[in-house]
Amino acid sequence: MNNRTDWTAHIVLGLGVLLFLLPVWLVFSASTQNPAMIGRGELSFIPGTGLDVYWKVLTEGAPGVAPVWHLLLVSFGMAMAIAIGKILISVLSAYAIAFFRFPFRLACFWMIFFTLMLPVEVRIIPTYAVMAGFGLINTFTGLTMPLIASATATLLLRQTFLAIPDELVEAARMDGAGPLRFLRDILLPVSAANIAALFVILFVYGWNQYLWPLLVATDSRLDTIVIGIVKMIGADTSVEWNRVMATAVLAMLPPVAIVVLMQHWFVKGLTEGDK
Amino acid sequence: MERRTLFGGWALPAAFVLPQALLTILFFLWPAGQAIYGSLTRQDAFGLKTQFIGLENFVDLFTDPLYIESMWRTLGFCLAVTFLSMGVALLLAVFADREIKGRGIYRTLLIWPYAVAPAVAAILWILLLHPQIGMVSHALKTIGINWDYKINGTQAMLVVILASAWKQVSYNFIFFLAGLQSIPRSVIEAARMDGARGWRSFRTIIFPLLAPTTFFLLVVNLVYSAFDTFGTIQAMTQGGPGKSTETLVVKVYRDGVVNLDLGGSSAQSVVLMLGIVALTVLQFRFLGKRDKT
Amino acid sequence: MATLKLTALRKNFGPVEVLHGIDLALTSGEMLVIVGASGCGKSTLLRLVAGLEAITSGAIELDGRDVARLDPAERDIAMVFQNYALYPHMSVFDNMAYALKIRGLTKPDIAARVRETAEMLGLAPLLARKPRQLSGGQRQRVAMGRAIVRHPKLFLFDEPLSNLDATLRVTMRAEIKRLQRRMAVTSLYVTHDQVEAMTLGDRLLVLHEGRAVQLATPMEVFERPANTYVAGFIGAPAMNFLPGALSHGGTAVSLDLGPVIPFADGKRDGAAGQRLTIGIRPEHIAPVPPGTDPTGLELQVDLLEPLGSETIVIGRLPNNELLSVKLPKNDAPTHSMRVAFPATHLHVFDAGTGLRLDPT
Repeated sequence: MNNRTDWTAHIVLGLGVLLFLLPVWLVFSASTQNPAMIGRGELSFIPGTGLDVYWKVLTEGAPGVAPVWHLLLVSFGMAMAIAIGKILISVLSAYAIAFFRFPFRLACFWMIFFTLMLPVEVRIIPTYAVMAGFGLINTFTGLTMPLIASATATLLLRQTFLAIPDELVEAARMDGAGPLRFLRDILLPVSAANIAALFVILFVYGWNQYLWPLLVATDSRLDTIVIGIVKMIGADTSVEWNRVMATAVLAMLPPVAIVVLMQHWFVKGLTEGDK
Repeated sequence: MERRTLFGGWALPAAFVLPQALLTILFFLWPAGQAIYGSLTRQDAFGLKTQFIGLENFVDLFTDPLYIESMWRTLGFCLAVTFLSMGVALLLAVFADREIKGRGIYRTLLIWPYAVAPAVAAILWILLLHPQIGMVSHALKTIGINWDYKINGTQAMLVVILASAWKQVSYNFIFFLAGLQSIPRSVIEAARMDGARGWRSFRTIIFPLLAPTTFFLLVVNLVYSAFDTFGTIQAMTQGGPGKSTETLVVKVYRDGVVNLDLGGSSAQSVVLMLGIVALTVLQFRFLGKRDKT
Repeated sequence: MATLKLTALRKNFGPVEVLHGIDLALTSGEMLVIVGASGCGKSTLLRLVAGLEAITSGAIELDGRDVARLDPAERDIAMVFQNYALYPHMSVFDNMAYALKIRGLTKPDIAARVRETAEMLGLAPLLARKPRQLSGGQRQRVAMGRAIVRHPKLFLFDEPLSNLDATLRVTMRAEIKRLQRRMAVTSLYVTHDQVEAMTLGDRLLVLHEGRAVQLATPMEVFERPANTYVAGFIGAPAMNFLPGALSHGGTAVSLDLGPVIPFADGKRDGAAGQRLTIGIRPEHIAPVPPGTDPTGLELQVDLLEPLGSETIVIGRLPNNELLSVKLPKNDAPTHSMRVAFPATHLHVFDAGTGLRLDPT
C-alpha cells in the first residue's frame, strides 16, 4: 500500500544508532592513538595505527592493575559462575514451586520474591559482615556466591514453567514419567530457549557487577575488568588513555557479543518473563 | 497462578528449594535483619560496645541537612535519568516498529548497549566530556562555555545523568518495542478507519495501550537509576565535586565503607530498602489492578 | 481389551461437588461417548478415570481390578488430549516411543511397535519430523499413535477433534471410528459435539450438571430422550417445546395454543390438567394446506435459513413464541404457513420435573 521509503524513520533510527555507536567508535579510535595526544585533547575520529596497544594491555595491563587477560579471566569466571549457578538453583526451586505442593511452599515463594527488593546496594555493610564471618573476603566464592541467590531467575523460570500446558504434563504422566524424568526429558528441553535467554541476562549481570567486587575483593588478583578499568582512570593525572580505552573495548566485547549473537532468545526471554 | 497438574510428595521439592532458600537466608534475609538491627544501635569507635538506641539513627538521618539534600538530589537524578532514557527509547521504538527496510539491523544496533556495564558507559562519556580529553568539551570551550565537570557541580550532575540514561535506553527500547508489537494491529487499523493516524493515533490509542509497559519501566528505571548507577557515578565523579553527584547509594558507600559509620549507614540501608519495597508494592498493586479489568 | 466399571463416583473441588455419583459399565471393546455442555463434569470424569485427578469417593475398576488409587502410569490407560499435548522437542518417533522407553522395552521392540503403529496411521513418512512441522490433522494422528502404540487396556479421548477445521473433523471422526472398531479397545470419548457423539458412540452418556441423565444408544437418546434437557441438547436445530395439559383421560394433550392432539402411542398416567411439556423436532412439523387440519396453527415467518438441501423456517406462533421448522428445499414459504404437530412424533414430558412420560 505504501511503498515510499519512510525517511523520518530512517533518520530517527539512524541518529539513535549513531548515539550508541559514535562513543564506541571514539573509544576504539582513542585506543589506537598516542596517549599524550589524547591527554592534550587532540583526539581524532580516525584510528591511529597502534593496534599493538591491545597486546600490551592484555599482557601488561596498566600501572597498579593486573594484566587485562587476568581481569578478563576473573570477569569471565565470575559471570559464568553466577549465570550457571543461578540457573541451576533457580531451575530446581522454580520447578519445586511450580509443580509441587509442599509445606511452606508459599512461604518459600514469598521469601524468594522478597529478595527482589534487596539488591546488594541496600545491604552493603551487613552482607560484607556476613562474608567476613565466613572468611569469604577476597575469595572467588565470596565474589560469586551471594550474587547467585537472587529472585529474578527463579521468578522468570517459574513464569516459564507455569506457561507449560497442563496437558503436556498430563501426557507425560500418562506415559509413565515421574517428576525427575519429567524435569529431564520434557521440562528442560522445552524450556531451553528461555534458559538460554536467562543465561544471556545473567551473564551480562555478572559481567557488569561493580559494587560487590569492589567491596568483597580488595586483592587485585580478584579484580574484574570493570573494577580494573575504574582503577585505571582513578589515577587521573597520569592516565594512559589509550590503554584505558583498549581495556574498555575488551570489557565490552564479550557481553555485547553474547547479546548480539543470542539476540532473538534474549529479547524474548527478557520481555516475556518480566511482566 | 496455579497449575492444574501437580506432582505428589514433598521431600523432593523441599530438597529442590533448599539451596536457594539457604542462600537467600544467608545472604539476603540475615544481612537485611542485621541492617535493621544495626540501624537501631550505636557502636563505639572501637566496635567494642554496642548500644541499643531506638530510632535515634533515623532521627539523626532525617535531621541531617546533608542527607535530606542527598535525597532530593537522588530524586532529581532518578527522574532525569528515567524520563530521558524512556523518552529516547520510546521515540526509537515507535520508529523501529514501522514497516521499514533494515529494521532488523536497526534493532540489533539499538539493543547491544544493554550489555555495556554502567562503569564502562562512564568511560565512553568521559572520552566525550572529560575537561581535558573530551571531544565535546573542546567544542563547548570554543563556543565560550567553560566546561569542567570536575569543578562545576551542575555540569557534573549533567554528565552522570547523560551517561546513566544512555546506558539504559536499550533496555527501555526492548520493552517498548515488545509492548508496541503486542498491540493488536486490528486496533490500530480500527483507529485508522475512525480517522486517527500519526500523532493522534499515537496519543489517543497507542500510548494509552502502552501504559502497563510504561509503568513497569518507570519503576524499573527509578530502581536502576537509584541503585545500578553507582558504577557510573563512581567512575566519573566519585560523588563529587563536593557532594554534587552524591546520590543515596553513593552516600551509603561513602559513610559505611569509607567512613565506617556503621549505625548511620545501616539506617540509610533500611531507608533504601523501604523505598524499594514501596516502589515494588506500588508496581504490583498497579499491575494487579490492570490484570483484573 | 478390558471392561471398565465406575461405581458411585464422586468428585469434589473444595466444597463444590462436581460429580454426584456416576455409575457406568463398559463392556470390552465398547466405545462410550460422554456428551454434555461445557462445565457438566465430563472432562473431570475422564480425568478421574485417567488418574489425573483423585476421586473423592467411589470405585474405578478396570478388568475387575480397582485402579482408583493408582498412579496414571500404573493403570495401563492411554489418553488423546484436546490440544494433542505432543512433546514439542521430540520427533514423531520419539513422541510415540517415550512411554515404551519408560517402561523399559528394548530398542528393537520399541522400533518395531512404533513402526507398526505408524504404518497403520499413515505416519511412516513423518517419523523424523517435529510436531511443529506437522499439519493439524497429522498432529492429531500422532496423538492417536502415541496412545495406540502402548496397546493399553483403555483409550480416553478428551475432545480430540475440537481443534480441527470442519472438513478435517469429519475425516478424522471416521478414522477414529474405523480404528477403534478395528482394534476393539474399550474407549471413553468426551465431546460436546452432538454429531461426534451420535456417530462415534456405541452408547452415549449424557451428563448434565454432574449427573448422568441418560445412558443409552445414540438412536435411543435421539428418539426417546429421557428429559427435556437431553431432548433439547441432542438434535439440530433443537427440539421445539410447547406447553400443554393432560386431557381426555390421559389420551391427549391440550396445547395452551388451542389444538388438542391425541397420543398416538398410548395413554399417560396423571390427573386431568397436569402440566406437560410437549416436544417436537423441527423436521417432524408438517406444513398443512389452509383449512385441512383443525389442529393446524398459523406461523408467521420470521427468518429463513436455507441450507441447500433443506430450509429452516423460524416463525412466530399466534402467542408470539418462536418455532423452528425444517422443510425440504423448495417448500419455503415467504410470509406465513400453517403447521400441524403429527401425533406420531410427540415427545411428552412432565412440565415440573422435565422427565419423559411414557405411555402406560
